[in-house]
Amino acid sequence: MSKSKFKNPVVKWIDYRLPIFSFMDHELNHYPTPKNLNYFWNFGSLAGFALVTMIVSGIVLSMNYTAHVDYAFDSVERIMRDVNHGWLIRYIHMNGASFFFIVVYIHIFRGLYYGSYKAPRELLWILGVLILLLMMATAFMGYVLPWGQMSFWGATVITNLFSAIPFVGESIVTWLWGGFSVDNSTLNRFFSLHFVLPFVIVGVVILHLIALHRFGSNNPIGIDVRGTQDTVPFSPYYTIKDLFGLSVFLSFFAAAVFFFPNFMGHPDNYIEANPMVTPAHIVPEWYFLPFYAILRAIPDKLGGVLFMFGAIAVLFVLPWLDRSPVRSSQFRPIFKIFFWILFLDCILLGYLGAMPAEGIYVILSRIATAYYFFHFLILFPLLPYIEKTKPLPISISEPILGGGSTASAFAVREKK
Amino acid sequence: MSNKSKSKNKNEGKRDFLIVSTYAMAGIGAAAVAWPLIDQMNPAADTLALASTEVDISSLEEGQAITVTWRGKPVFVRHRTPEEIKLAKDVSLDDMRHPETDEERVPNEKFIVLVGVCTHLGCVPLGQKSGDVKGQYGGWFCPCHGSHYDHSGRIRKGPAPTNLEVPSYKFLSNNVIKIG
Repeated sequence: MSKSKFKNPVVKWIDYRLPIFSFMDHELNHYPTPKNLNYFWNFGSLAGFALVTMIVSGIVLSMNYTAHVDYAFDSVERIMRDVNHGWLIRYIHMNGASFFFIVVYIHIFRGLYYGSYKAPRELLWILGVLILLLMMATAFMGYVLPWGQMSFWGATVITNLFSAIPFVGESIVTWLWGGFSVDNSTLNRFFSLHFVLPFVIVGVVILHLIALHRFGSNNPIGIDVRGTQDTVPFSPYYTIKDLFGLSVFLSFFAAAVFFFPNFMGHPDNYIEANPMVTPAHIVPEWYFLPFYAILRAIPDKLGGVLFMFGAIAVLFVLPWLDRSPVRSSQFRPIFKIFFWILFLDCILLGYLGAMPAEGIYVILSRIATAYYFFHFLILFPLLPYIEKTKPLPISISEPILGGGSTASAFAVREKK
Repeated sequence: MSNKSKSKNKNEGKRDFLIVSTYAMAGIGAAAVAWPLIDQMNPAADTLALASTEVDISSLEEGQAITVTWRGKPVFVRHRTPEEIKLAKDVSLDDMRHPETDEERVPNEKFIVLVGVCTHLGCVPLGQKSGDVKGQYGGWFCPCHGSHYDHSGRIRKGPAPTNLEVPSYKFLSNNVIKIG
């Protein structure tokens, strides 16, 4: 207990036996962070906030929800009308899912733009893609729980994807359903999995953070930190910046929850599930639309499913597809242009996913899908051979201060 | 020099004020967020709407009892015999743990209405059915921990601290009671 940095004797006593305070001090307070991070680096902590919001509001909702085909729809309506503040909690959960995806998609595009997936952060990136997959599964099953028309038919369509698997497809779908159609057994297992998967996500997020803290954050110019002159302590610099970003995020979130709570939903989901009638136009939630467009672009059942899952699979191997040693797009003039084409391509796919699968929309979907895979499978590996990258700065401090020999913020801090 | 340190103290005072007010606002915000999450566990509007029950007692003969549900709890309605009424009225209140006269508890002496929940730890006492054990005082007997209630539902022996609760109720007509 010789050189403890804590003054409080209780904290000191505990920390000697269970170094939780040292750990927090090291990872959240003192943690050296590149000093040139821009606002795109806020979205990691925002995603964490969204996850906690979803878990808290979800646990509270589950106290009032009944997972049974005869009662599920009514129990959700009861939450909206009778349960104290139930409307607020449900709208937070409903819109929270959309905002979680908005934040995570920006977080992913940030990683793509600044090359955050490159060595030595490959596992960090892969864990992130795994979180995305788990989020998608969780969101899909959560959407089934209100047992509206979109819930039921969304569940039917998505589970039927697995019937494309040769030979065993039908058996797998029956196994997923626990019957011969989406029914009570399906609803029960989806509720169970929807409850447990967020905690699995928390586990993977912890691994994601451990991997992040191994080498620290990437930064807008994508070169490694050379010493303390290139970093600032996480607290107060980035705690305050993250909190400011959070307040901006919450302004948008509150606007949606209080003024446009159903903007991102479908009116059809306020009609109770009817296994005898399919709504005229089935669309998944907006965050699945780009993948849905890819599914429909391929004129073959198995092919469509493979390409849809392939669209995520390519993300897993991205660290090895991109062979350029330069991380940030700031120094890759051609890559930068293609990044924005990819971004617009994803937006276009999202738009096409919401449109009916006919006429020009099908053709456009095919072009956009082709570009998506071209970008990942051909452009990423080949571009480094063609592209002439701009010269990298010597250090993080150099482009800002014209040299690396500035006083370290840590040194200033330690003096106090 | 002294001037300089004075202005420094002033700035530190400002900073303390900002920190304290920031924490205070954060605390208020956290409480405001926590409240809906806690309050959702309180009875919902539809639960509160079920707060009254009507009972038809036209077929209830002397000496018979019925149990009805009110707010998810059993309510005992017993048509007392003249002997039972006499026993309930003629007893001395001196030895009672929770002294109340029968008149206070039973406005219409023929029909006694009680919440059928033992005031000890919430079990449902026996005594509604003809074959039930009714305890030493002939009213109700709680099998969980042995509380004996008399014909007026008063605790006479055993661990229960108070008499069986009388719900608020009124006679809508001679044959219909509205509880709640």
